Amino acid sequence: MKSRFLPCSHRTISAMALLASLVMLGGCFGDDENWNGKDISGLMPELAFELTGTSGETVTASQTDGNIRLLFFGFTSCPDICPATLQKLSRAVTNLPEALRTDTQIVFVSVDPQRDTPERIDSYVSFFSDRAIGLTGEEPALRELSKRYRTTFGYDEPDAEGNYNVSHSGAVYVFDREGKARLLIRPELSVEEIRTDLVALAEES
Amino acid sequence: MSALDYLVPYDFSPLTIVSFVLVLAFYGYGLVRMPAEDRPGSGRILVIVVGVMLCYGVMQTRFDYYSQYMFFVHRGQHLILHHLGPILIALSNPLPVMRFLYSLIAPGVRRALIPLGWVYRFLQHPAIASFLFVGLIYFWLWPPIHFDAMLSRDLYWVMNWSMLLDGMLFWWLIFDPRSPVTSDALGYGKRILLLAVVAIPQMILGAYIVFARGMVYDVYEVCGRAWPMPPETDQLLGGLLTWIPPAMMSILGILIILRRAMREDGKVSPYNEKLKASHS
Repeated sequence: MKSRFLPCSHRTISAMALLASLVMLGGCFGDDENWNGKDISGLMPELAFELTGTSGETVTASQTDGNIRLLFFGFTSCPDICPATLQKLSRAVTNLPEALRTDTQIVFVSVDPQRDTPERIDSYVSFFSDRAIGLTGEEPALRELSKRYRTTFGYDEPDAEGNYNVSHSGAVYVFDREGKARLLIRPELSVEEIRTDLVALAEES
Repeated sequence: MSALDYLVPYDFSPLTIVSFVLVLAFYGYGLVRMPAEDRPGSGRILVIVVGVMLCYGVMQTRFDYYSQYMFFVHRGQHLILHHLGPILIALSNPLPVMRFLYSLIAPGVRRALIPLGWVYRFLQHPAIASFLFVGLIYFWLWPPIHFDAMLSRDLYWVMNWSMLLDGMLFWWLIFDPRSPVTSDALGYGKRILLLAVVAIPQMILGAYIVFARGMVYDVYEVCGRAWPMPPETDQLLGGLLTWIPPAMMSILGILIILRRAMREDGKVSPYNEKLKASHS
């Protein structure tokens, strides 16, 4: 290897490369230790959707503006993740101070419009919380929304009784009052941790 | 889904499409215009087109959808972007076409391109090139970074493009068609050494993923899989794809370089007077 174009020694270059990579790595650590959830500020676009509500009406994201929104994808026949998550969110929201509680909204989006009629979603979400709304839509609209938040869903082959499993996101996307994506709540977070995050988020805006 | 649905991009990226079209258009233009004696044969043309189209295919078809929501498909995508595609492109030896295209550039523009040459030579320093090659794999597979990259559309594109560009740089350094005896291309011994050096960390990382007890990459769990598949299976397959094919490609690369070195043995001697003068 000729060193014509390389005035610095191998060692200097290696040191520079190492330093550069450390700086790059350093830039990746934000101040997300303040949150129990994963800070997704700037990683995802603001909340936008146009779906069908539980009375068959069209619901857009802007109609829910001013609230802190907890977006969750699921389906009502879900055996484990959906009831567990909704239960957890509902408990986190229920014990919030009253003013804050009425400013927080759980948005449950069913990705199984085949089986989940608006009535079925209505009885499902109202069982968990009065701060929850249920939405669904045609598959293309649901695909678009899930793509926007880098998630997806898929259907298993139906069994003899026509039951099938649906793969979907296990996370809850938290949007602030302006609709900015702020936090991603992983399934393993506790009720207390979620509540702490919600309070912190509400206090800053 | 119809066949057409599988061919259209999942995440349409104009920049990506324009880049691929430009690469093929410049290559095609060079082929047609260049002197017939330098023109690569149809086999080499086929190899480069397959290499380029493989990279395009994993970035701008339905394959990209599965790569975003299945860890093992994502590993397959990077295997093509960082290994197979660039290997085919480098092995097709597009150098005569590139030389011809370069000869068409006006001298003023060529002078403006000189700093680009410096950057290129810096990146192609064997230590930097191997550090970047392995470093990028580790960087994007570092769990918190991987999580962000799969959540952010912009980061995702930066990740895929950085893998493709780095793959091209590294494999071009390895399969540089020029002989190290008559040019300043990297020596065959060093090329073999680099291939062995980059294989080891990839094998370690792959084995780590394969044997990990818990979930290393939970973003696929969090964001939903393309179809319901046990997470352990997905992670196991992804780990195997990180471990075995790259190791095999390093060995194949070593064999190709060895074959070239053996062919050149005794054919060109650096100790003739003319070369001696140019080497001192």
